[in-house]
Amino acid sequence: MKKETASIWKQAFTSGLIAGGTAVLVSLVGLVEAFGDIYIISGLLTLGELILFAPILLFAYSAIRRVPNQPRRVHFGMSAVIGLVAGLILSLLVLIGNLVDLRPIFVNASPALFDYLTRGVPVPLGLVVPPLTSLLAALAGFGIFMIPERPRKAVIMGLLVVILLGTLRDQVLLASAAQLRPVSAVLRAVVFSSSGLKPLGALIVFLVTAGLSYYGSRKKAVAVTRTTSEQKRKRIILYSIIMIVMLLLPQVLGLFYTEILDTVGLFIMMGLGLNIVVGFAGLLDLGYVAFYAIGAYTMGVLTSDGLGLFNLTFWQALPIALVVTWLAGFILGLPVLRMRGDYLAIVTLGFGEIVRLLVLSDWLKPWLGGTQGIQSIAQPQIGSFTFDKLQYLYYLILIGIGIVAFVAWRLKSSHLGRSWMAIREDEDVAQAMGINLVWTKLMAFSTGALFAGLAGTLGAAKLTSVYPHSMTFIISINVLVLIIIGGMGSIPGVFVGALVLIGLPGLLTEFEDYRLWFYGLALVFMMLTRPEGLWPEARRKLELHDEQTTDLVPEQDMAPAATFSE
Amino acid sequence: MAILSIQKVTKRFGGLEALRQIDLEVKEQSIQSVIGPNGAGKTTLFNCITGFYTPEEGDILLSGHSIVGYAPDRVTHLGVSRTYQNIRLFKNMTAVENIMVGMEPHLSSNIITSVFHSRGERREEKAALDEALRLLRFMGLTGQGDMLAKNLPYGAQRRLEIGRALASKPQILLLDEPTAGMNPSETQAMTDLIRRLRDDLGITILIIEHQMRVVMGISELITVLDYGAKIAEGLPFEIQHNPTVIEAYLGRGSAQVALEGHGHSLPSISNPANPTGPAA
Repeated sequence: MKKETASIWKQAFTSGLIAGGTAVLVSLVGLVEAFGDIYIISGLLTLGELILFAPILLFAYSAIRRVPNQPRRVHFGMSAVIGLVAGLILSLLVLIGNLVDLRPIFVNASPALFDYLTRGVPVPLGLVVPPLTSLLAALAGFGIFMIPERPRKAVIMGLLVVILLGTLRDQVLLASAAQLRPVSAVLRAVVFSSSGLKPLGALIVFLVTAGLSYYGSRKKAVAVTRTTSEQKRKRIILYSIIMIVMLLLPQVLGLFYTEILDTVGLFIMMGLGLNIVVGFAGLLDLGYVAFYAIGAYTMGVLTSDGLGLFNLTFWQALPIALVVTWLAGFILGLPVLRMRGDYLAIVTLGFGEIVRLLVLSDWLKPWLGGTQGIQSIAQPQIGSFTFDKLQYLYYLILIGIGIVAFVAWRLKSSHLGRSWMAIREDEDVAQAMGINLVWTKLMAFSTGALFAGLAGTLGAAKLTSVYPHSMTFIISINVLVLIIIGGMGSIPGVFVGALVLIGLPGLLTEFEDYRLWFYGLALVFMMLTRPEGLWPEARRKLELHDEQTTDLVPEQDMAPAATFSE
Repeated sequence: MAILSIQKVTKRFGGLEALRQIDLEVKEQSIQSVIGPNGAGKTTLFNCITGFYTPEEGDILLSGHSIVGYAPDRVTHLGVSRTYQNIRLFKNMTAVENIMVGMEPHLSSNIITSVFHSRGERREEKAALDEALRLLRFMGLTGQGDMLAKNLPYGAQRRLEIGRALASKPQILLLDEPTAGMNPSETQAMTDLIRRLRDDLGITILIIEHQMRVVMGISELITVLDYGAKIAEGLPFEIQHNPTVIEAYLGRGSAQVALEGHGHSLPSISNPANPTGPAA
């Protein structure tokens, strides 16, 4: 028993060290200071403070949660230890920063940062400030833990919504100002101040969301025994609402948001394609942007006035571009797919770079435009109506996603999809089951290429131009990361991943500089806590299949329910 | 008539001769075994038959046609199916899906018909699912079809692997240590199952096995390998008393002791075969 308590304090100390390290890290990369004057709740809490102290709170909370059966005073002591240790590390940073100039190494280690950490108190005395503030943060974690289970969830939900709304103040106001002026006016009057939420507004938002969440959770607990037909009807209603919202979105939101939505849409399309290659068939493709480029450039070459080579319309060029990318996938796949694992990844990486260098080259300049790219690409037209606005293109992209998602979904549950998954699981055994490896992999590769090609043609039409420097490696990585975060092999996961990784950074333009930093953080965090992704792949139930063939429950949950015969 | 005929097959890995001039005839609708100490080349022989390895010399005939140099998927299409020593299921797929992957050689729908969900494709998928459920029942796995393969208990995994191998409707089934890691009652159930595969489904079976009780009980012909060479072949009774075999298992000198009945003989070798004796 004594040994156990000793190890608890050791754990708390370690958690404190890590929490402190995290706080130092976010300070030194400049996050804290950069957002130090952006308020979430006006006059109370800035975004910088949130970034600094949220990790400490979370570490305290999760450390307590790991030993839920200890008495309350132990929990209290643990969070106090974590807060103090983390705070002392911050003090140490302030102390060192005051003695030595750290700026040659850490650009952001400026006096302004230290001033911010000590909340303006000059140094000898100011060193006491970080331990006190982070102690408060850690004790807040303890406080949240003390709330009983169900209200706790509601409180957390309320806090998250407050933080989200406070951070997105400008965006929410901008969006509502575009079409819904009265809403905007009300929000401005009650909820928002000039920076962040009004304290009273924050309280209202918190109470409303926490209340709703509490009420919702109680209802859910009762509603477990619903019949399947009722479930089905509810699902249809839900999907119809989502569809209507999707259709109206670009009308309600302004140009800025439609642009983000269009970009997210293109990434969803690419994600669905790469998901077939990486998620279904397990073939790591690091040069996926090449197929987007081929689609976009084919569209450019065939339709551009500037080049004046063919002058086709969008609709004439579309099938040609799709066939070209499909063939490109097929032809590249032919030699490449005999390789396995890492080798395949390297070769595809090389292919991506080759395509980028080809479109950049002077050699092909007469046809592909070299560094200048291709301008005045045709936009889709139906009769006399031209899809020349982002809002119009949004619908085309939506239709494109619909087709692509449908194809991906059908293939997944077909025998080709099963073959892909078998290859992903065990290539040798898959072959021994009679699966032709080269052909099956080629199908995955070329289908993935086709989807990226479609995204490329729409992307070209959206910008009416293509440039070699927009076809970089980082696009391939973005698509790959969004699949991993969403959940490998999961179709809804692609949507979630794209919204989180492309949509959110698009909204939070302030964070643009830290985008890759967050990608890395998100990846590490996901790998540690939820390696199966935000919306994991679910296997179809085939033996006991009723009307609903797809099951949205994560697979871990449904596995142990079956009975063992042995 | 021999459904599978292995003729003077030699397989080398660098300087090592994993198989040396192996001859083996497997009769149609028989149950035959390959035994031998660790590293004797049993699994290598399976890998040669199924197309994973290409032997340097010799010929392998399936129903009279040479299959040397064929890729594994092609060999499977010709009616050879196998299981693995250490179970190799598609772990993150359900049991039913595992079996349905095994049906690959008999499915003809392609990418276009799948996307458009054509009537032929729907009929084929329905038939495949029904067949998979039938196999699931045959293997005693009813009710576990929607579990992920990795979550099944060990014995069920073994049976599922055989079920997957059966899904391709093989003429000949190669089982690599089907009872490894099983307790006596599970082993007995597996032995009965193997016999049913032959009696009910008419499948020819070639087994690699270590448990002598199993080997002696169900084999009609036993081939013994040691250091890549065939050292004996015969009925279970003959093999049990073959001095060369006992020597291979126990070392030089043991044969004499064991046969004369002095001292202790190797229990696993001299254990009585199952009560009914080797099946005819």
